Amino acid sequence: MEFFIGHYNYWVVIILMMVGLYTVISRGNLVKKIIGLNIFQVSVFFLYISLGTVEGGAAPIIAEGVKVYSNPLPHVLILTAIVVGVATTALALALVVRIKETYGTIEEDEIHNLDHSL
Amino acid sequence: MGNHISLLLVIVPLIAAPLVAVLPRGRLPWAASFFVSVVCAVFAGIQLWSVLQGGVISYELGGWAPPWGIEYRIDAVNAFVALIVAVIAALTLPYALHSVEREIPEEKIPTFYSALLLCLTGLLGITQTGDIFNVFVFLEISSLSSYALISLGKSRQAFTSSYQYLIMGTIGATFYLIGVGLLYSQTGTLNMQDMANILPSVLHLNTVETGFTFIMVGIALKLALFPLHLWLPNAYTYAPSVVTVFLAATATKVAVYVMLRILFTVFPQTFTIATPADELFIVAGMAGVIIASVYAIYQKNIKRLLAYSSVAQIGYMVLGIGFATATGLMATLIHLFNHALMKGALFMAIGAIIYRIDSCRLDQIHGLGRAMPWTFGAIVLGGLSLIGVPGTAGFISKWYLVTAALEQSAWLPVAVILIGSLLAVVYMGKLIEALYFKPVTDNRKVVTEAPLMLLMPTWCLVLANIYFGLDTDLTVGVAEQAAAILGGMKP
Repeated sequence: MEFFIGHYNYWVVIILMMVGLYTVISRGNLVKKIIGLNIFQVSVFFLYISLGTVEGGAAPIIAEGVKVYSNPLPHVLILTAIVVGVATTALALALVVRIKETYGTIEEDEIHNLDHSL
Repeated sequence: MGNHISLLLVIVPLIAAPLVAVLPRGRLPWAASFFVSVVCAVFAGIQLWSVLQGGVISYELGGWAPPWGIEYRIDAVNAFVALIVAVIAALTLPYALHSVEREIPEEKIPTFYSALLLCLTGLLGITQTGDIFNVFVFLEISSLSSYALISLGKSRQAFTSSYQYLIMGTIGATFYLIGVGLLYSQTGTLNMQDMANILPSVLHLNTVETGFTFIMVGIALKLALFPLHLWLPNAYTYAPSVVTVFLAATATKVAVYVMLRILFTVFPQTFTIATPADELFIVAGMAGVIIASVYAIYQKNIKRLLAYSSVAQIGYMVLGIGFATATGLMATLIHLFNHALMKGALFMAIGAIIYRIDSCRLDQIHGLGRAMPWTFGAIVLGGLSLIGVPGTAGFISKWYLVTAALEQSAWLPVAVILIGSLLAVVYMGKLIEALYFKPVTDNRKVVTEAPLMLLMPTWCLVLANIYFGLDTDLTVGVAEQAAAILGGMKP
């Protein structure tokens, strides 16, 4: 039981990761796929932030009387990854807009039918 | 300048990219990008030369000493790959001028070149950096720009194939990110060299093995290793010709490089051999060679035919990695170079056909070879190289690959390599039959040879295919050094 409660943040990561990946794979709606992709990426952000935690550590800002700090490096890395994630989402949504304009639908199976009925 | 070249190789296209986007319409954006690509090719050449002369270059970004700062660490392996990328870019851009004017709407041309330069930045960045997280950043720079480039294709399928690639590419990159995080949690470093020193003491931990697996699957998605190749045929088919040439000749090669780095530099050899990774690579490589080649035979679109052939060629490269011997790695590196030459030449020739008849369907190119003799010649010679006929570059890579397999008495891979070559004869034969021996369809307007600006880069690559099939000093010499650095285990 200790194993589960002590690592609850990692369980959250795993659950989010699976939810995200499953959504990407199972949904036919292109926007829902992007939402799934976002959940998947957010789970990785959580993973990194959990890695940086030091037990009893304060925020990594120099202050008097504080001896233990959390590791700021994973936080910095994940800031970069968040930027990448936002860019990916923006690009994906832009593509969905163009797909909607040309096909008139954002359902994967309908797009597939449109391409193969020609 | 000295060592700054290593950084300039990334910085120059990065700074040029936004500048090109705001240049006025017309040919100025093209001229600027061409200039940048030539500068990069020269820098990459100097860099390889100085690495071969003076050993490893270590460049500390911003003067921060590694492992705290980001280090660009150049040895024969990445100097070689960087040269491939930069030279292909420098040859693609003169080709781009007319092809892009034909295929891309005029108002999008400046941003098109801007995205192409960003893609170049990302690919060169991956080869230069010695920091495992930095690889992720550059990987995403190159990927995001290539999604945008692919979506500029003429048909509406360009959007869906770009979207498909985006989803799969992002999953791949995120897997890589998870792996890097797990490795960081156990080693506390992101510098590849530093991580290589620390990893042996923590190898027994599950976390390290999990991280390794995540990274491998992530990169396998990026390099379109069979059966994770599903994004590639669509992306190559519907992208604008120039983008197909550039991505086919560089993007997957750089992913192969990252895989080599992680497998042989960051992780100790013994670990890689102890995991089932090398056996899996051999199985996936063999399956890729056979199945993708068979798929290629049944394609009705010539770009898609060559795209499936690319998946098969990646199978050969991965076979070399799977052998994990010095000869195997040499074969992989040589094929990396040679495949860039042959696929570059073939996709350029196909682009010339699209330039003339605006179609790449197999049933619409009947008899076209006689109207476009130079383009046809390029396809024939490129095809011979793809098959691996002696006297072409393709023969050299197959020779080393078969040697590597024979060293280990691995008879099945030898048979697969030979069958793969026979299948290449079939699909290239199909293409050549349609181009030359089928009667011309009546209702087509008269076709003339492609313009010189398209033919010259194509033939540069075709002649390179022949040159590197006869004189192997550069390719084999560098590959030998590079394989020694990666330290393939002696059989």
